[in-house]
Amino acid sequence: MANTEALTDLGDYIESALPDEVTATKVAFGELTVSITRDSVVKVLTFLRDDANCHFKQLVDITGVDYPEREERFEVVYHLLSLKHNQRVRVKLPTGEETPVDSVTGVFSFAGWCEREVWDMYGVFFANHPDLRRILTDYGFEGHPLRKDFPLTGFVEVRYDEDEKRVVYDRVKLTQEFRNFDFMSPWEGMLHLPGDEKAGEQGEEKKG
Amino acid sequence: MAEATIKPLTLNFGPQHPAAHGVLRMVMEMDGEVIERLDPHIGLLHRGTEKLIEYKTYLQAVHYFDRLDYVAPMSQEHAFALAAENLLGLELPRRAKFVRTLFCEVTRILNHLLNVTTYAFDVGAMTPMLWAFEERERLMEFYERVSGARMHSGYFRPGGVTRDMPAGLADDIHAFCERFPQTLDDIEEILTENRIYRQRSVDIGVISQEEALDWGFTGPMIRSTGLPWDLRKAQPYEVYDEMDFDIPVGRNGDCFDRYLVRMEEMRQSLRIMQQCLDKMPEGPVRVDDQKVMPPKRAEMKRSMEALIHHFKLYTEGYHVPPGETYAAVEAPKGEFGVYLVADGSNRPYKCHIRAPGFAHLQGMDYMCKGHMLADSVAILGSMDIVFGEIDR
Repeated sequence: MANTEALTDLGDYIESALPDEVTATKVAFGELTVSITRDSVVKVLTFLRDDANCHFKQLVDITGVDYPEREERFEVVYHLLSLKHNQRVRVKLPTGEETPVDSVTGVFSFAGWCEREVWDMYGVFFANHPDLRRILTDYGFEGHPLRKDFPLTGFVEVRYDEDEKRVVYDRVKLTQEFRNFDFMSPWEGMLHLPGDEKAGEQGEEKKG
Repeated sequence: MAEATIKPLTLNFGPQHPAAHGVLRMVMEMDGEVIERLDPHIGLLHRGTEKLIEYKTYLQAVHYFDRLDYVAPMSQEHAFALAAENLLGLELPRRAKFVRTLFCEVTRILNHLLNVTTYAFDVGAMTPMLWAFEERERLMEFYERVSGARMHSGYFRPGGVTRDMPAGLADDIHAFCERFPQTLDDIEEILTENRIYRQRSVDIGVISQEEALDWGFTGPMIRSTGLPWDLRKAQPYEVYDEMDFDIPVGRNGDCFDRYLVRMEEMRQSLRIMQQCLDKMPEGPVRVDDQKVMPPKRAEMKRSMEALIHHFKLYTEGYHVPPGETYAAVEAPKGEFGVYLVADGSNRPYKCHIRAPGFAHLQGMDYMCKGHMLADSVAILGSMDIVFGEIDR
């Protein structure tokens, strides 16, 4: 794809312009991903917005991804769009539960609600955000539902109480335990069989 | 008499209000009849779609997308299908692309008909809504004939579409395209020159190009400011690059321009639909890959191999190689995107949904400032808000 070439060039350009901030660039599936350090987010996004070769004037989306096994478990992902050059870029940075990320509301107004959503869903704290409240979950909700350690069924449920004549919150009672089927089988796509420790070594050998 | 300072009045709008197009609660600070600050409280329809998708196979996840923006279901499925296909590296057969393009445009008309006429209803014109819902019913009939369901179709799946169009459907859609402009003319006749309608929408909720970009607006919202940005032209998917159509743009970025843009988009959609029907080739509508698409039922009855594939695809599902992708389509409301992270298993590791309405509703506060209370209803209506996709 010719597009891939242009994106690789753009990635190299961004990396050379911001050598301290950008940790890696990658082009995969026809999309450019730029990994940056946590503290530099405002600087990088401002650069991407204002630089003549970038012109990423529109923030499309901010979201998080949770990798509980990592030391800094969250990834905050920004998607930007350049209408002038008809290109997209994805900016990623790692963060933990305790480490705040600088808010980019000063760069893109749209970031306001997006960051509220990431805070609500993952508990990533955004410093200098003008109005960091929960957005999608209930008033008085506790926890961050999109974290991998948050159960699908949640912790509380609501029902209407006939005696108290109001809606009350209860702990979730499941008549049957939540069944999370493990469909993983050696049928397709599964590279390593469970318990087959030698598979990795053999796989390496085969490749070599 | 000395001037008294008046404390701004705080007004609660919703959570149930006929003009809120769903469950929206807005806390407004009013100076008399003028809005000083507006704080939309969303999430009253939050169902945890993104969390649920992480626990479902890729095929099961498709059906959650119908329930996001339930006014335009197929566009949402489309974004997810494109994302999954990108990760799987599938190239669709040509007929599948034409069928998808055709039904994307059916969906666009379905959505715009509802939006334009409910907006007119919000500002005082009831008749167009009755006409539009009659036409919508015809379009949903096409949905039903092609997928088996009026609204929650589950038709676009990774790897193609569920089944081919039944015989005779193409002729009926063609007949619809011939007849439908008359309804559009009727709606335009009753609205465009209407004095009350104009008073309620011209110069209301004006937004400039820079502001629209800054607030992340897409779709008719950004096109009404005069910016000809349409993903169907700019980053064409399916067979939009072979279609001949125009992008209508507004000039002032107000509610009235957004209405005009939507009306013209419906006419352009008809053009695309007719071209699709004329050019549609024969052939399969699903990829010829047994590891992704389940076999035909007749085949399953005779072939052991097909039976195994059928069973495995409907229980375990297919495994998607690790990677991440963002796929966006020009949904009727704007850019609808899906950010999909796969870890090599049969379930998405992460599926984020970028809903256009989410961005638009955030701009409410900005756009309503200094407007009258009644204008907030008009602005909300012109934004094309559906809570299914905003609250997810």
